[in-house]
Amino acid sequence: MIALDVRLRQGSFALEVRVRLAARITALFGPSGAGKTTLLDAIAGLRTPESGSIAVGARRLYDHTAGIDLPPYRRHVGYVAQEAALFPHMSVRRNVLYGRREGQRPSLDGVARMLEIAPLLDRRVAALSGGERQRVALARAVMSAPELLLLDEPLAAVDVARRRRILPFLERIRDELMVPVIYVTHDPAEVRQVAEHVVVLEGGRVVHEGDPASAVALRRAEGPDP
Amino acid sequence: MDAWRITWFTVAAAALATLVMLPPGLAIAWLLARGRFRGRVLIETLVSLPLVMPPVATGLVLLTLFAPRGPAGRLLGAAGIEVVFTWKAVVLAMAVMGLPLLVRTARGGIEQVDRRFEEAAATLGAAPLRVFLTITLPLARPAIVGGAMLAFARALGEFGATVMIAGSIPGATRTLAVGIYSYAETGRDADAAVLVAISAGIAFVALLSANWLTSRSGARA
Repeated sequence: MIALDVRLRQGSFALEVRVRLAARITALFGPSGAGKTTLLDAIAGLRTPESGSIAVGARRLYDHTAGIDLPPYRRHVGYVAQEAALFPHMSVRRNVLYGRREGQRPSLDGVARMLEIAPLLDRRVAALSGGERQRVALARAVMSAPELLLLDEPLAAVDVARRRRILPFLERIRDELMVPVIYVTHDPAEVRQVAEHVVVLEGGRVVHEGDPASAVALRRAEGPDP
Repeated sequence: MDAWRITWFTVAAAALATLVMLPPGLAIAWLLARGRFRGRVLIETLVSLPLVMPPVATGLVLLTLFAPRGPAGRLLGAAGIEVVFTWKAVVLAMAVMGLPLLVRTARGGIEQVDRRFEEAAATLGAAPLRVFLTITLPLARPAIVGGAMLAFARALGEFGATVMIAGSIPGATRTLAVGIYSYAETGRDADAAVLVAISAGIAFVALLSANWLTSRSGARA
């Protein structure tokens, strides 16, 4: 169970989100500028809300009234940002192992097999294609044994067909690891394929919450996605 | 021949001074590049002060601090360490005068490191010191090495502060710059000319490598 109660202001933009998420994969859906990335940043601890609370299971990551605000490195929240941000001065293997803690699952072999990156491990980051980067970034986040995984529209800039190739891997993460995932997208097809629950964000507020079909229908009725 | 001993001493002292200023220099550069705290401008100004103050004035300040009865000198004296008019004073003067160059260059390099890499490392569980050592430092390395080369080159030519706090004791504290002055003053023009030629040669090589390294870091960012 992930309990989010985040209030955050940035210039004229105000984010105000209150949701409880129990699904394995929750899609955070909505137009650009809805506050999706800001919300993920707040969950990961890269941005501090003005008030509210953030909890993953029994662990409170942030609680304004209780004065709790764990730094990102103590949150155990894996975060694959829009640009994969692979460390350019390390091999793929060192990237993937960067966040591994002693004596913990999952194993490198298992993750490499699941995300099909075994042949890439000894390459340089610069030699990877966009899709490969995305899978390596996913593997790196998974290897840090997160208690929650945040994916911010991996490769938003890449064409839709290529982007959708990541979906089977997301399904594997969903089915093989017991890590809840919050996945930001504005592609209805992606929502339908992988999400169990959808939160629709607009202008910093939750405008709809429910199962994927209903949410997509709602967005359709409102007009084309940007 | 004296010239070679003076050269060797100067290069060794400058190299040691560069090593000595690296830890505090990198820490300050990081604070200035990434820190959000009050007094940042003050630290920046203090560190850069030796760049614009007359070196002799900096030397006098150091002399006052490190003289046997000065605040720092008394502490070191209690530990049995004597600084002024020894080789340690030469290293100290060089380090203080070179520090601003190292800090300013390294700071620029650290500022150019994309914060997303540091944030990614943090979400992977790396504490700030580990992020700095494994992400920030390696990515800013060209600028840091360039800054260290600049500081080294500056240290090689240090005169004003050195002459105040270390003097010009042959075989003990005499560096190339101070030696040139001492020789010229006592009419040993030929000896002075030899030291000038050596200084020019070393400075040329050091500056060339520093420029090459900093331009490489600029092209990368």
